[in-house]
Amino acid sequence: MKFSDQLEQRFATMVTHYPTKRSVLVPMLLYIQDELGSLTEEAIHEIAQRVELSDLEVRNVISYYSMLRTRAVGKYNFQICTNVSCLLRGAEDIFEQCKKKLGVGNKQTTSDGLFYLEEVECIGACSWAPAMMMNYEFVENLTAAKIDELIEGLKKKEQQ
Amino acid sequence: MAYLVSHPDEVKVVSKRFGKGATSLDRYLELDGYKALQKALTMQPDAIINEVKASNLRGRGGAGFPTGMKWSFVPKQSPKPKYVLCNGDESEPGTCKDRLIFEHDPHSVIEGVMIAALAVGAKTGYIYLRGEYRYLVQIMEKAVADAYARGFIGKNIFGSGVDLDIFVHSGAGAYEVGEESALMESLEGKRGIPRIRPPFPAVVGLWGGPTVINNAESLASVPHIILGGGEWFAKLGTPKNGGTRLFCMSGELERPGVYELPMGYNLKKMIYDVAGGMVKGKKLKGVVPGGSSVQIITPDEIDVAMDFDSLPKVGSMLGSGGVIVIDDHTCLVKFALRVTQFYQHESCGWCIPCREGTDWMKKTLVRMHSGGGVAKDIDNLKYLAENMLGRTFCPLGDAAAMPIISYVQKFRSEFEDHLNGKPCPYEKAAQPVMV
Repeated sequence: MKFSDQLEQRFATMVTHYPTKRSVLVPMLLYIQDELGSLTEEAIHEIAQRVELSDLEVRNVISYYSMLRTRAVGKYNFQICTNVSCLLRGAEDIFEQCKKKLGVGNKQTTSDGLFYLEEVECIGACSWAPAMMMNYEFVENLTAAKIDELIEGLKKKEQQ
Repeated sequence: MAYLVSHPDEVKVVSKRFGKGATSLDRYLELDGYKALQKALTMQPDAIINEVKASNLRGRGGAGFPTGMKWSFVPKQSPKPKYVLCNGDESEPGTCKDRLIFEHDPHSVIEGVMIAALAVGAKTGYIYLRGEYRYLVQIMEKAVADAYARGFIGKNIFGSGVDLDIFVHSGAGAYEVGEESALMESLEGKRGIPRIRPPFPAVVGLWGGPTVINNAESLASVPHIILGGGEWFAKLGTPKNGGTRLFCMSGELERPGVYELPMGYNLKKMIYDVAGGMVKGKKLKGVVPGGSSVQIITPDEIDVAMDFDSLPKVGSMLGSGGVIVIDDHTCLVKFALRVTQFYQHESCGWCIPCREGTDWMKKTLVRMHSGGGVAKDIDNLKYLAENMLGRTFCPLGDAAAMPIISYVQKFRSEFEDHLNGKPCPYEKAAQPVMV
């Protein structure tokens, strides 16, 4: 696999920040995933060679971090926090509403490949609960109406 | 974008630049930015450490270890390079304060890291941000690049002859990495498995070199201490608990939000005055005053000073500053289940008491909450938790055990209400049994 110019540049800069090559691994994996949607076999092989590790050693790191994944998910990644601060303010209802509205369960992608739904642990939005992340964007102080609006808006955007 | 709140009782030190456009370097300089660093460059390392010691600043990540003392443990001479590592892996449920610092005042963290580096003789600093905080990685990377462009970081900073590099590093989703030794493993490109201590990071840390690891809020406090003086900062708080603290108020409150209050501020006032009390129709049932890993306290116990030494008197801890307020519409067994589910999910599996203990506690609580509990389960939960306490490499095992012991002790009747097929009194519909 060939890295994009952007990844190539990232890698070249980052590798100078640490005394060992493998130190770039965790953030680089995330940046690669952002471009490819998931960490493919080819991507794992490429980064493994660059940081002088075996593919297996890289996979071993991937499996530890909850944000890293080896399979692609929907275009819009709905991550609903149901941890305590959100739970106290109705996160379970929000999660149920998303399930119903999208017609999928936890960790599933809709058949059109647009939405992926996941129940996640604390995302650091406790004082603005209930909250979720849509890809890397925080959506806070959630209400049923806000969820409806968000999903409808994205569907409309996709139809255009 | 997180929302800002304010209250007249607030004493704004760390948050004084929030909402003032300080992400721009020029604006930061107008607001006294990088003055503390320039002052620190004229000071002897020991003088910097003594100033921080005098401030009574205690680690804002949760453990409350005196920051100045931590720095003094770093050996003066070291054959290996020394490092400063800023812990921005904020993941403790109930805690959302470091996020605001990075978002509104990124340069204050950079300045804090640099002053710490001068104090211990490090040439490199890393700022580790949790992967979910991607927008903050962008803010921090820009702040670092801007500071490099002006010569505030890099070679010969401010013409002092000192070289200092700062780098921003992103995680990829892991609570446990917030523990200092796991954080170093993660930065080195490995799974976040904690290291056994001793040796402590101050002696053997990143790549074997002496390393100072501080929470982002602690480091962001440092420039203010250098400029205002340790004594001034200490006086803001209570004896042995210097300064102010960002408290993250969450739960069914009228005005939840992050407030900066003096250390030792009264918890009852914090809930009923600062955060506006409970939302209409709900009553206070209990408070988890320092993030999900600390012990619960009852409404009778909330007339307490919020500092590291007062909360233990009511059987809890100040922790990370995440004040989770629980209302009377919440089932405590369910709350316990959600907390345990979290620790079970985040346990790395390295130590058996934590891996097995969290899993068994979760299974027991799931069964109990769905009506399949028996009397023995209650003591069993306590027994499981007690056997995890102090028996794991890192504090995750303790973090999972301490709250459960306190819930059972202080709210035993709620657990008893779930026994022998009784449905949860708080659920609208029957819950399916998952185990």
